[in-house]
Amino acid sequence: MDRKIVIPGELISENEQNAGYGTYVKDGNVYASVYGVLNVKNKVDVIPFSGKYVPSKKDYIIGTVTDVTSSNWLFDIRSPYTGMLHVSEFPKRVESSKMSEYIDVGDSAILRVKDVDQSMKIELTLRERGLKRVKQGRVLEFPPSKVPRIIGHGGSMVSMLKKETKCEIFVGQNGRIWISGSEEKMDQLTDAIRLIVKESHIHGLTDKIYDFLTNEKNVIDIETYVSSQDEIEFQEDDEIPEDIHRKVDALLDSSED
Amino acid sequence: MSDKPDKFIDDDGLRLDGRRFDEIRPMKIEIGVLSRADGSCYLEWGKNKILAAVYGPRTLHPRRKQIPDAALIRYRYNMASFSVEERVRPGPSRRSVEISKVSAEAFEPVVLTKYYPNTVIDVFTEVLQADAGTRTAAINAASLALADAGIPMQCLVSACAVGKVDGKLVLDLNKEEDNFGDADLPVAMTQDGEVTLLQMDGNLTPDELKESLEMLKKGCTEIFEIQKKALYTKFGKDPVLDVDDIDDEDDEGLAQIQVELDDSEGEDVELDEDYLDVDEELEEAVEVIEVEEDPDKKGISNLSDEKEDDSDEQ
Repeated sequence: MDRKIVIPGELISENEQNAGYGTYVKDGNVYASVYGVLNVKNKVDVIPFSGKYVPSKKDYIIGTVTDVTSSNWLFDIRSPYTGMLHVSEFPKRVESSKMSEYIDVGDSAILRVKDVDQSMKIELTLRERGLKRVKQGRVLEFPPSKVPRIIGHGGSMVSMLKKETKCEIFVGQNGRIWISGSEEKMDQLTDAIRLIVKESHIHGLTDKIYDFLTNEKNVIDIETYVSSQDEIEFQEDDEIPEDIHRKVDALLDSSED
Repeated sequence: MSDKPDKFIDDDGLRLDGRRFDEIRPMKIEIGVLSRADGSCYLEWGKNKILAAVYGPRTLHPRRKQIPDAALIRYRYNMASFSVEERVRPGPSRRSVEISKVSAEAFEPVVLTKYYPNTVIDVFTEVLQADAGTRTAAINAASLALADAGIPMQCLVSACAVGKVDGKLVLDLNKEEDNFGDADLPVAMTQDGEVTLLQMDGNLTPDELKESLEMLKKGCTEIFEIQKKALYTKFGKDPVLDVDDIDDEDDEGLAQIQVELDDSEGEDVELDEDYLDVDEELEEAVEVIEVEEDPDKKGISNLSDEKEDDSDEQ
């Protein structure tokens, strides 16, 4: 599908009812406010190429602890603001002196944004099914604007990645992804994610990544069967001389003429 | 410095560098040149070479400078010591501090700072080579770097200068015209012609000022077109991207993640059921299996086992 690039200040609609995100309204007209790709659906949106993650309520994110205070864990959530996880939002009763035994500085966790107030105080929670401290695997970072590309159309990309690499995957809305599986598979997945971020604006990305993952498997297969390949080469060697003989004969014939 | 030319405009009406009176110098733009910056731009305008970088929005320290309902724009204009013939003393000078201030104010009306309260948007513009009109060149570069950083703005800012040489108004001064001319009027404006920066050095009559502003409008529109083209062609020659399945994603993104969570819950329901106590027991069980599989991990898992025992005792 073709998408038009728009720049800040570009007129994108003359009906102010159409204003979606990445836009602003002036004198009844809708203008783009960010540099990105125009997306016309029931509303007119601009999907930005880049930008910082701004937390909003109910987002699933992956945070890393930067500090433990007397009643809060402070998380770096790749946003201009720090996230706060209060002890009461931890699934179990924790004494304030033992907080760092459960989650310590440097640990990562899958969290949900409980509330964001006017002054951008961000309250996080772990009190929900599926939320947990990350204990194994890897956390990778990528530009938050690429989150939709990694999830794919209706989750197609993520489910494909899960199926092909047999890794557990969780995509945080703040541009962090948690993966867990065998070391080899995680290496492969890391490369695949890098490729998604790099080639995020091309057509048929999911298929391309699928090819990338399956082809890499082929490379591994070939390497493990090097000996059989050698045999094939030897067979070819035996056949080649006949061809050469014929060619040499033909050359000799022509030179005699 | 006494090499003042006798004539700034020759008999054919051409300037020292062969331009017409209302012609700007050639401009070359590259966007996204710095990998560690959130947005960046390298701009060459005649003999000017400018590098602009944008970081943020990010947390502002010291906290007393934070604005509770907006982001602060911190703009730094700096000339490299090697940017001109005579070495300039490195560090902020009276001149560069002033330019930084007015340039920040040139962006304040257009950047939608209200979306990022208590933060700072850092803009750094470095003049690597100077040849008159560096503040306008820096503003043009910073404008693109801000767009590249994904910062919401009402529109781009374009800047240009008009000066007076030999009693005639000329657009976009070069070095000789700047040094020996009678007036210099740098102006920054939006695409609608709203002026966000205006400074003047020298003398202009009210009529000349009016005429200058008309010339500047034309010059800035020209620059705006160049900026626009640079942004459109960042990902290739075509201003239309061939992108698939972007739509629906944002709406379904959240739902998808929810689905994902439900999936993972299926795999380790017990982990979440009774919270941490069960969780740790299971972890131990998992680690025992790992030890059998992978002797290298033995040390690590033993350590963590001991740790968990300690915490149980306490």
